[in-house]
Amino acid sequence: MIALIPLLPLLGFVINASLGRRLPKAVSGGIASLVMLASFAVSALTVWDLAGRAASQRVIEQTLYTWISSGDFVLDLAFRVDPLSAVMILVVTGVGSLIHIYSTAYMHEEVDSEYARYFSYLNLFAAFMLVLVLGANFLVLFVGWEGVGLCSYLLIGFWFEKQSASDAGKKAFVVNRIGDYAFILGTLLVFLRFGTLDFQRVASAVSPLAPESMFGMLSLATLLLFVGATGKSAQIPLHVWLPDAMEGPTPVSALIHAATMVTAGVYMLGRNAVLFSHAPETMAIVAVIGASTALMAGTIGLVQNDIKRVLAYSTVSQLGYMFLAMGVGAFGAGIFHLYTHAFFKALLFLGSGAVIHALHGEQDIRNMGGLKAGLPITYWTFLIGSLAIAGVPGLAGFFSKDEILFETFAGGHRILWTIGIMTSLLTATYMFRLVFLTFHGERREGAIAIGGGAIARDAGAISHQDSASSHQDSASSHQDSAISHQDSAISHQDSASSHQDSASSHRHSAGSHLHDAPAAMAFALIVLALGAVLAGYVGVPRGLGGHNALGAWLEPSFKAHAVTTLADAQVTSPEEAQAEGSATSGEGLELSLMVVSSIVALVGIGLAAFVWLKRREIADKAAQAFPGLYELLLNKYYVDEIYDALIVQPIRIVSQEGLWRGVDMHVIDGAVNGTASIVDSGSTLLRRLQSGSVRAYAGSLLIGVVLILGYYLWR
Amino acid sequence: MFNSVLDAIVPMLCVTLAALAAMGAEAFRGRGERMPIGGLGIVGLLGAGISSALLWNRNASSFGVIVADNFGLFVTLVLVVVGILTILFSSQVVERDGLPAGEYYALVLFAIAGMMMMATASDLLVIFIALEVLSLAVYVLTGIRREDPRAIEAAFKYFLLGAFSSAFFLYGIAFTFGLTGTTHLDRIGSYLAAQSLSDNPLILVALGLLLVGFSFKISAVPFHMWTPDAYEGAPAIVTGFMSTGVKAAAFAAFARVFLSAFEPFSADWAPVVWWIAAATMILGTVVGVAQTNLKRMLAYSSIAHGGYLLVGLVAANQVGKAAILFYLLAYAVTNLSAFGVIALLGSRDKPNDELRDYAGLWQTRPALSALMTVCLLSLGGLPPTVGFIGKWYIFSAAVGAGYYGLAIIGVLTSVISVFFYLRVVVMMYMQDRGADAPVVQINAVSMAALTVAIVAIFYLGILPTRVLDLATQSISTIF
Amino acid sequence: MIPLSHYLIVSAALFAIGTAGVFLRRNLITILLSVEIMLNAVNLTFVAFGRSQGTVDGQIITFFVMTVAAAEAAVGLAIVIALFRHRESLNPDAFTSLKW
Repeated sequence: MIALIPLLPLLGFVINASLGRRLPKAVSGGIASLVMLASFAVSALTVWDLAGRAASQRVIEQTLYTWISSGDFVLDLAFRVDPLSAVMILVVTGVGSLIHIYSTAYMHEEVDSEYARYFSYLNLFAAFMLVLVLGANFLVLFVGWEGVGLCSYLLIGFWFEKQSASDAGKKAFVVNRIGDYAFILGTLLVFLRFGTLDFQRVASAVSPLAPESMFGMLSLATLLLFVGATGKSAQIPLHVWLPDAMEGPTPVSALIHAATMVTAGVYMLGRNAVLFSHAPETMAIVAVIGASTALMAGTIGLVQNDIKRVLAYSTVSQLGYMFLAMGVGAFGAGIFHLYTHAFFKALLFLGSGAVIHALHGEQDIRNMGGLKAGLPITYWTFLIGSLAIAGVPGLAGFFSKDEILFETFAGGHRILWTIGIMTSLLTATYMFRLVFLTFHGERREGAIAIGGGAIARDAGAISHQDSASSHQDSASSHQDSAISHQDSAISHQDSASSHQDSASSHRHSAGSHLHDAPAAMAFALIVLALGAVLAGYVGVPRGLGGHNALGAWLEPSFKAHAVTTLADAQVTSPEEAQAEGSATSGEGLELSLMVVSSIVALVGIGLAAFVWLKRREIADKAAQAFPGLYELLLNKYYVDEIYDALIVQPIRIVSQEGLWRGVDMHVIDGAVNGTASIVDSGSTLLRRLQSGSVRAYAGSLLIGVVLILGYYLWR
Repeated sequence: MFNSVLDAIVPMLCVTLAALAAMGAEAFRGRGERMPIGGLGIVGLLGAGISSALLWNRNASSFGVIVADNFGLFVTLVLVVVGILTILFSSQVVERDGLPAGEYYALVLFAIAGMMMMATASDLLVIFIALEVLSLAVYVLTGIRREDPRAIEAAFKYFLLGAFSSAFFLYGIAFTFGLTGTTHLDRIGSYLAAQSLSDNPLILVALGLLLVGFSFKISAVPFHMWTPDAYEGAPAIVTGFMSTGVKAAAFAAFARVFLSAFEPFSADWAPVVWWIAAATMILGTVVGVAQTNLKRMLAYSSIAHGGYLLVGLVAANQVGKAAILFYLLAYAVTNLSAFGVIALLGSRDKPNDELRDYAGLWQTRPALSALMTVCLLSLGGLPPTVGFIGKWYIFSAAVGAGYYGLAIIGVLTSVISVFFYLRVVVMMYMQDRGADAPVVQINAVSMAALTVAIVAIFYLGILPTRVLDLATQSISTIF
Repeated sequence: MIPLSHYLIVSAALFAIGTAGVFLRRNLITILLSVEIMLNAVNLTFVAFGRSQGTVDGQIITFFVMTVAAAEAAVGLAIVIALFRHRESLNPDAFTSLKW
């Protein structure tokens, strides 16, 4: 039964991969969406079953067979649904289904075979993601872990004609390999220490131990696992790939790079909550990294101009929150935020996709504005998403974020809490900057040529600039006549001729008439918007008279429970009672913290409204007043440049530029054609040794002989 | 057939007879007449496979120098798989390139017979003879396209260095013989265990020279230099054959000699093999990254894979020994299939083995690209393929035996190696097919063989237990 | 009675001469001959050890090695001839089209 959950999308993949080229779009897209919906249905049934049981019995396990066994080491290919993975499968299949449905419309311009290729990747991704969250041990999780990475890579580079897309895919892959490396080593250490890789057995093996006071084996293992998580979940210092990953199709960004895959790291920490809580050193690192990532990404988000990049940094920042929660031991709160974030971030991405779709590929928010009237569905759903992420009371993000901040504060981490609150302010500000610049004000199509979407990039940049300024004039002259469809169409007409002349490759530029999201896209947006509003109510904190149902639901997943006997239950009950007591005393505190963060959120929105709605020039002035800071943020703290100088360039020299440039065709062609020039330009020592001369080879052989015999005779 | 002195050599007899029959058929073949010579070879190999299965658990022995223990039989079965796949892939290549069929198949079969002998030999001299039997056949196979100067150059380099290294190997045997008075592995083992020879430098010289000979055959650094050249110059299918078959046979003998006869000296050879393994993994991976020719890239990859196998040898615990056997099978199926794809994509005039020849292959040959992708992902060790299971076993053996350094290097290099495997995948799926891209016809037999191989890759990746049990049983018989 | 070590030293010297020949000579035929010298040096070692142990094993092994060496020489010469047909040269350094 459980196995069906990942198998259904896999079936979709097999169908689309083998027959998809011959299938019409409606069929291939339909199959892909149907299998996801079916998988969602199975997941829902499973969770229903789970919910009907007593809290201590909420584990459904399905062992397919023994995967690996040698001597005393036995590893099953097993899936396990417990409260934690129940949340995850619902999110993955639920949000996944919506994004599949959305994609049927979004990708409609692709040719049939590409369309099928897209959906086959998407299905395969979903299958691996479900394996990841259902896996009962490290290796099964790793199967999913690697699989989603591969699919992510393929999907980022889906539009491979775009150089930036294939570069981004490569970067994501490189960075993720570093994380994977650490993850494998961490897994090997866990295996070495406990002799098992089953999550539950590891948890029960570790729970009787005292937390490590010094940095020891457990700390090292958990730290390595955490490095793996930073790769997948884009945390400092491995966060650099996620913003670039926005080169992929927007639904992909929504599904993989916002709602599901990037949360795998958080999930993995939650899955090993017992293990991590026995390594306080690692936990401290997790919390600090999470908080700093949240803050750093928030500040960068404030100055970015690409709509998807702003959302990408926002994702990095929100993931930072989740890790902060994990690091302070508030696993439930972290997963709660993961769950609400899936809704509103998928919503925001899909909304941005609708905007990009309507503007035919434009992604620069400086070229947007005034889209509110033309795209009402998109606007209102996007607004809801923004309110939710900003933490406005009553919406999903509010409950989960406050839970994290409260737990941080209650745990005595005042500095981290302060960082969290500052990030909260930043979140509200940059999100509403996005909303105001995109949907409010006047239309500014073509205002800035550089840094636009794929199509704008194709246009001759310099000539484009000229026409852009004239366009600006015409647009502003129409300013008073509002932003109705008709008018904007006319205003565009004026400039369109000059446009056409100066940049012939520029397609009929955005905005001639705006199409709001087609039915399939609108459906996904509205459902997700409902989610963004309502999802938080499963975890209403006690401070507001709720029961934090989600927290209670998840609780068993973060404990080591082999088989809960009656005796165990009695032992744990006093602790629970104590927890209950401390919780009630914390309610007052929670309520006051909630007021603080609500105010912060509203201030952030107000700030954004003041700066970007009323007084645009303030932002420019601020940028001019602090040019250094502005540049620093605009260039994302130069992390890419630092990595390039410190790591990429040396490796490039070592591996003769084969690896880092090698993926794209042009360079390979160049390298192949210019073999001679490669030889000249100081090729690597290692490769040089392979001179082609058989006597040199014999020499190497003899050196080997001398080394070995020398070692034996003179050691 | 059983309980006679010939029992243990029945598998290689089957193959040898098939080889002789192939030669005979070639002699009686009329000009232009087509004969199912490959089929003959398959029959012989199946015979070898069946007889090996029947010999399982019987510990048969012939003439005191060939023992068909489970370890040897497991490798024999791997070699049967290698042989059958090679012959199936060859059916198209032989016809396309106009190779002399009888000669070609006879050489392949003689080489396999030599490999089987090497895997089951329990005497150093027999190991040497087997090594030469298989090497001579493979030298000729490398240069079987005599009109191709690169193939001949490859054959020449391989031959010269091979002869050079086998002289060192033989010198090692001579010293071993001089010190222990025998070339029989069991007797060497018991002599070394009983006698304290550790202060005698000659035994270490013998050990070192034997190490050189084996290291050359498994192309370990720094004895690997011939590998990229020979692998690139040889016809792709021959490369696939020698990169898997020779390695399997050489590793079997290597493990047998070093883990049984020279086991008492493991404290002496383990550190050296440690360094060789580390250097092999690193060099194979690092240089592989910069390659643009697919055959050459896979040559470096096979060097790196030799390094992983050496890790299992250094670890030398139960898991490690079983891992070597399992990995040999995994690597044989995967690597041979990858080379099979390369061979099938070639044409008579042009090998089509440059990376750019693979651009957009997905558009014209989706099935073949998918099969190639699976092979490459398996070579890269991504789950749920057999490559992942193999690597997992090797590295967990290393960790279990306390060789953390090797495990770290191994994981790191296999992580890096995914780059160059994935480059090919990216090429196939994320590029447009050039207008001048080669178009090839592929016959049904080869496609069927490839499909079976891919199924095996997934089968062994998803349900490895049965084969792993066999591997574990195998090592229990000799070590 | 000449002690064993003398034989071993002579054969080691022969082996070294053969090894040096592989490196220093620039003619493929001579290089092949150098490899043969190495093998014969080993033969001498076998015979010497066999004699010192008072068994015939060493001498029998030598016959096997000689057979193998003959087969090896045959294949080697065939390859060298094929090589010579392509490029009229016997200098090993002329054949470096496969590299890097």
